[in-house]
Amino acid sequence: MGEVRLMKGNEVLAEAAIRCGCDGYFGYPITPQSEVMETLMARQPWNETGMVVLQAESEVASINMVYGAAGSGKKVMTSSSSPGVSLMAEGISYIAGAELPCLLVNVQRGGPGLGTIQPSQADYFQSVKGGGHGDYKLIVLAPSSVQEMNDFVNLGFELAFKYRNPAMILADGAIGQMMEKVELADFKPRRTNEEIEAECGDWATLGKPKSRKKNIVTSLEMDSDIMEANNLRFQEKYKKLEEEEVRYEAIQCDDADFVLVAFGTSSRVCQKAVEIARAKGLKVGLLRPITLYPFPKKIIKELARKAQGFLSVEMSAGQMVEDIKLSVYEAGSNARVDYFGRMGGIIPSPNEVVEALEDKFSWELSYGVKRSY
Amino acid sequence: MDINEIIKPENLVYDKSAVLNDDVMHYCPGCTHGVVHKIMAELIEEMGLQEKTVGIAPVGCAVFAYNYIDIDWQEAAHGRAPAVATGVARLHPDNFVFTYQGDGDLASIGTAEIMHACNRGENILVIFINNGIYGMTGGQMAPTTLEGMVTSTTPNGRNVDLNGYPMKITNLIAQLPGTSYVTRQAAHTANAARKLKRSLKKAIQNVLDKKGTSFVEVVSTCNSGWKMTPVAANNWMTENMLPYYPLGDMKDSEKGEHSEN
Amino acid sequence: MAKVKGAVVVDKEGCKGCSLCVEACPHDVLALHKEVNSKGYHYSFMENPDECIGCANCGVVCPDTCITIYRVKVS
Repeated sequence: MGEVRLMKGNEVLAEAAIRCGCDGYFGYPITPQSEVMETLMARQPWNETGMVVLQAESEVASINMVYGAAGSGKKVMTSSSSPGVSLMAEGISYIAGAELPCLLVNVQRGGPGLGTIQPSQADYFQSVKGGGHGDYKLIVLAPSSVQEMNDFVNLGFELAFKYRNPAMILADGAIGQMMEKVELADFKPRRTNEEIEAECGDWATLGKPKSRKKNIVTSLEMDSDIMEANNLRFQEKYKKLEEEEVRYEAIQCDDADFVLVAFGTSSRVCQKAVEIARAKGLKVGLLRPITLYPFPKKIIKELARKAQGFLSVEMSAGQMVEDIKLSVYEAGSNARVDYFGRMGGIIPSPNEVVEALEDKFSWELSYGVKRSY
Repeated sequence: MDINEIIKPENLVYDKSAVLNDDVMHYCPGCTHGVVHKIMAELIEEMGLQEKTVGIAPVGCAVFAYNYIDIDWQEAAHGRAPAVATGVARLHPDNFVFTYQGDGDLASIGTAEIMHACNRGENILVIFINNGIYGMTGGQMAPTTLEGMVTSTTPNGRNVDLNGYPMKITNLIAQLPGTSYVTRQAAHTANAARKLKRSLKKAIQNVLDKKGTSFVEVVSTCNSGWKMTPVAANNWMTENMLPYYPLGDMKDSEKGEHSEN
Repeated sequence: MAKVKGAVVVDKEGCKGCSLCVEACPHDVLALHKEVNSKGYHYSFMENPDECIGCANCGVVCPDTCITIYRVKVS
């Protein structure tokens, strides 16, 4: 068993980065994730592993530093919160377009605009649908505990390098700020230059030896046929992600008439809500998507064969609910999909969720059969 | 003497650098970019840096710089080349990293990135092509456009009451402690181009010696954007640009020089 | 007394006819040809080859790097 500590989610991101052999972090302060860079600066990993940590002049600069370092084959990351991630959107699009691996973290706060510093899940669309310009996707991981903040740093980097695509940890202010017991990973050495050359030598800007052609990191292509071919290649990659990298947790879904679907902080609330509902005799389960992109469509389609309803519980005005509806529609099921959520930085309570379930599915609960359309 | 007696390999005095490839540049006839590209390729070859050089291309006409100089390149978002270069240089401190940026890229949209990269003293070379106009998008006003100068967005000439003043950003850069060598050069005559080459060589050496940021402005022409012939553009530049953007070193930390050019 | 003689070779197809080399030549060796290359540019050529001293000014200012220069000492 690895070293166990009581830590904040944001602190764990920093510690996990150092331990997984991350080469560099570039960031800019923003609440509620500033502890990531603060922890790194206090830890001074450059003395320990050689990891570079730099406070940039803006999120725009930090994402472009990530672009440069990732383009040179290094394992690098940045973290921010919602408004900062909006500023990074252009750079993220360039990174996806140039097919560079890197890790992004969004410890979400409520919006729109300057909004609130309280937790939110309202950047779901921005994260899973691309977020910047052009057709691209991020690999999006949604941690629901401090332990997963730790685990997803390494997982995020692994997926990013496997698919040469940016990965994002989509957390929220509550996960970032809360303290929990966490089992830390063992230290993994940073890759040597030889290992980087072997892994990334055919595309990264490591300096051009006589033996190979120059490597050019770019998202630009003036020939429409080649640009379309590039896009088709990206789409193939996303299809492969959808086939091979879906992750979720299904809690008491086997006999569920009603399935709560929730990720991150709201999934913790829903775990309690399932207990309360079950105590009332309601057959309720919880599906917790761990990868928000690729979205766990297949399991929702399976559950939709017998469940009467799905309730998407989100700390937003209802964003993930659209993806659930799409999945249920694709399954050809009559199950009804509804949404319950709170905004403005408010975390819904378990009782609120159960009340919402009883209210929104009162028809099904009264007659106990599927509605026919 | 017959010309064929002169044209022999042993008499060769000037040829294309092997680091510059044979692709025909997309630049307009007479464009300064070609001269600066060529000089950089020559220096990379002469200083034996091909294997450790990473160039950062901007958005603008020089976006395709990566097509011509045979080194590894990254193409940055508009204005962000200094941040991209920071990422590369910090993670590969033994490589030689340079940015190549125009006036719109460096002095307008990328002002924050260039000021902070220079202020941190990143070990990079910045080549700043100042031709007072946005070339690639069709000749719009740049931050460096001279007062009264006609562009497609200042059809009656730049009016400083409306558009502000032409920015001497290199002078601001020279104030930053992170920079070790800041100079303004040109490439419109053979002498100017030779002097530019000496400046760039010194700037590269400073980067290799980890002295901080070296910044080389090249006052340039955009004859298409200025709607002149290449020769007329050079003359116009000499008469109008150079009085406002005088040539010379602004800062040379080796000599302790700091001028107010 | 040693005298310097030079010669330049212009890559006719690479030349875009900007005439910066013509301006840069101190001995009026170069001119633009009245004919054009395949791209339609009047390319640079040695109109007065005997005057060339191989100073390389033309090559240095050429943005398209299409001039190669040779030089010999003759007595």
